[in-house]
Amino acid sequence: MSLRIVVTVKYVPDATGDRHFADDLTVDRDDVDGLLSELDEYAVEQALQISENADDDVEITVLTVGPEDAKDALRKALSMGADKAIHVEDDDLHGTDVIGTSLVLAKAIEKAGYDLVISGMASTDGTAGVIPALLAERLGVPQVTLLSEVSVEDGAVKGRRDGDAASEQLEASLPAVVSVTDQSGEARYPSFKGIMAAKKKPVQSWDLSDLDIEAEEVGLEGSWTAVDSAAARPARTAGTIVKDEGEGGKQLAEFLASQKFV
Amino acid sequence: MAEVLVYVDHVDGAVRKPTLELLTLARRIGEPVALALGPGAENTAAALAEHGAVKVLTHDASEYADYLVVPKVDALQAAVESVSPAAVLVPSSAEGKEIAARLALRIGSGVITDATDLEAGDEGPVATQSVFAASFTTKTRVSKGTPVITVKPNSAAVEAAPAAGVVEALAVTFSAQATGTRVTGRTPRESTGRPELTEAAIVVSGGRGVNGAENFGLIEALADSLGAAVGASRAAVDAGWYPHTNQVGQTGKSVSPQLYIANGISGAIQHRAGMQTSKTIVAVNKDAEAPIFDLVDYGVVGDLFDVVPQLTEEINARKG
Ligand SMILES: Cc1cc2nc3c(=O)[nH]c(=O)nc-3n(C[C@H](O)[C@H](O)[C@H](O)COP(=O)(O)OP(=O)(O)OC[C@H]3O[C@@H](n4cnc5c(N)ncnc54)[C@H](O)[C@@H]3O)c2cc1C
Ligand SMILES: Cc1cc2nc3c(=O)[nH]c(=O)nc-3n(C[C@H](O)[C@H](O)[C@H](O)COP(=O)(O)OP(=O)(O)OC[C@H]3O[C@@H](n4cnc5c(N)ncnc54)[C@H](O)[C@@H]3O)c2cc1C
Repeated sequence: MSLRIVVTVKYVPDATGDRHFADDLTVDRDDVDGLLSELDEYAVEQALQISENADDDVEITVLTVGPEDAKDALRKALSMGADKAIHVEDDDLHGTDVIGTSLVLAKAIEKAGYDLVISGMASTDGTAGVIPALLAERLGVPQVTLLSEVSVEDGAVKGRRDGDAASEQLEASLPAVVSVTDQSGEARYPSFKGIMAAKKKPVQSWDLSDLDIEAEEVGLEGSWTAVDSAAARPARTAGTIVKDEGEGGKQLAEFLASQKFV
Repeated sequence: MAEVLVYVDHVDGAVRKPTLELLTLARRIGEPVALALGPGAENTAAALAEHGAVKVLTHDASEYADYLVVPKVDALQAAVESVSPAAVLVPSSAEGKEIAARLALRIGSGVITDATDLEAGDEGPVATQSVFAASFTTKTRVSKGTPVITVKPNSAAVEAAPAAGVVEALAVTFSAQATGTRVTGRTPRESTGRPELTEAAIVVSGGRGVNGAENFGLIEALADSLGAAVGASRAAVDAGWYPHTNQVGQTGKSVSPQLYIANGISGAIQHRAGMQTSKTIVAVNKDAEAPIFDLVDYGVVGDLFDVVPQLTEEINARKG
């Protein structure tokens, strides 16, 4: 028996850089450096650990939907140890929202074949945190999401979801969609060997016609949401900064009192 | 007037504050109809009516506790079919977002997550989002179907507006997917007696500078002097000094209190993503170059082990 894992990975603008919007109010990807969303590294890591702990053969495919440069995100995931990659790229995808993105990802996952899908808890740009739930809904399989601990055994996935009110133990049979948090365990760094090996691993490219999706179903035109405006937040006016010379706590208390917090 | 469906977050009938905020926002676009699920659902009616709910739909079944998310989506879909609302509003918790997204897909609608404000527009409700670690503000609409919008806590001041609040039992048929993910165990969190982090008016946070679990007592004492919630940076959480449920930031909670006090926190972009929309920001840090000082209304460059206890003492003294 073998286990087929598809890990969804997103290529995002670097959060420590200057992120901004293009004229059509989509994310500007041309003027900024991109990378594999850091939270998806945790998803790749858990796929690798499931593979290392499994008795069966495990095949890990990483999947991204994004522009040409998104191949960089796939390379990073391959150099961490994934086996192969799928890149869905099409000019008509520009401006797709979460509903459209979930359609493209679900069709690609079905075409690739899967027993388990692993996603990050949220992207670091859109940060909606809803794609995994949408994938489960579209694929008609259980969602086992926001896990800080995950394992696969005997055709079932188990995990721990740490919520506000309680920490829950979850269980579902495969196939299923999982998402993992950054509490699930540090992601490994690619080794030199891994980086060299990644260059030889297969990367397939699919477009919308390969997935039987019409252009009108995705992109800005097909989007179920519309952004009317995007404005940079006004810079905060410079605050008062004092150096503690023995009275710093008292001065701060005075400020808080002047603002009616005390 | 058009009806607006509001998904109720409650614990055994006690309605949580973000839901009352949703009712306030819902009244800007129509007449709120509330949906409360699980044990105690009917007991929410009085509080919901006082804040504008004309009707309260209720349903209880063991499925809501025994299986993850999907039973609640089934119920919300049943409510949408019975009410035909102009919009659906859900609190922006992790679960709330998942419920909202699956509902939107089922009813052929778009979804907007983490709105920080909501107003009526010519083409339906317009949501404000605070994006890219709160460095941009966007205005977004759902352009297809019934708008499904999740709203962050602290997005509106709660206003009372008494309405009928007629309780009606909702008929719910669970889907085949409802029992897909079993909850096989549950360990409830112990209450600290402090306010809920995302709902608190004041948050006092500690970071790597606090230097040890035992020193978080200083942060807690300051929080208690102000009636505040306690937050932590990821560095403090990863070191095991404070629980992950108290983490503020991109992968923790996002908070938007009246006052945020950061102690021994440098102000990394991922931390800022969770607190930058706070009304007043204060920091104590011994490094004058720490990026957190770019955000503050008032900052003290100093050792938190000197400043924080003095501050706490002074606040307690002023309270008399
Ligand atoms: C600032 C901003 C706000 C937005 N707000 C909305 C909104 O309110 N409503 C809306 O419909 N759309 C919105 N979008 C668009 C939406 O973010 C994109 O469509 C995106 O591709 C999917 O959502 P996400 O990045 O938020 O994913 P999330 O749901 O946060 O991502 C979770 C996981 O899904 C996987 N994933 C997500 N996207 C991809 C991808 N392209 N390829 C491979 N895996 C992926 C990853 O594993 C990721 O960790 C917004 C975008 C931005 C930049
Ligand atoms: C994908 C991803 C997600 C992340 N999510 C989050 C998140 O949700 N929340 C979060 O906080 N971080 C998050 N991070 C981590 C973030 O990048 C930073 O590493 C983290 O915020 C640093 O925490 P800190 O400010 O406590 O520690 P540091 O950056 O080490 O800062 C400690 C500060 O304490 C000061 N200090 C030291 N001693 C004293 C003293 N005695 N008195 C006064 N000041 C003192 C120092 O001058 C310094 O400025 C995330 C990172 C990634 C990659």
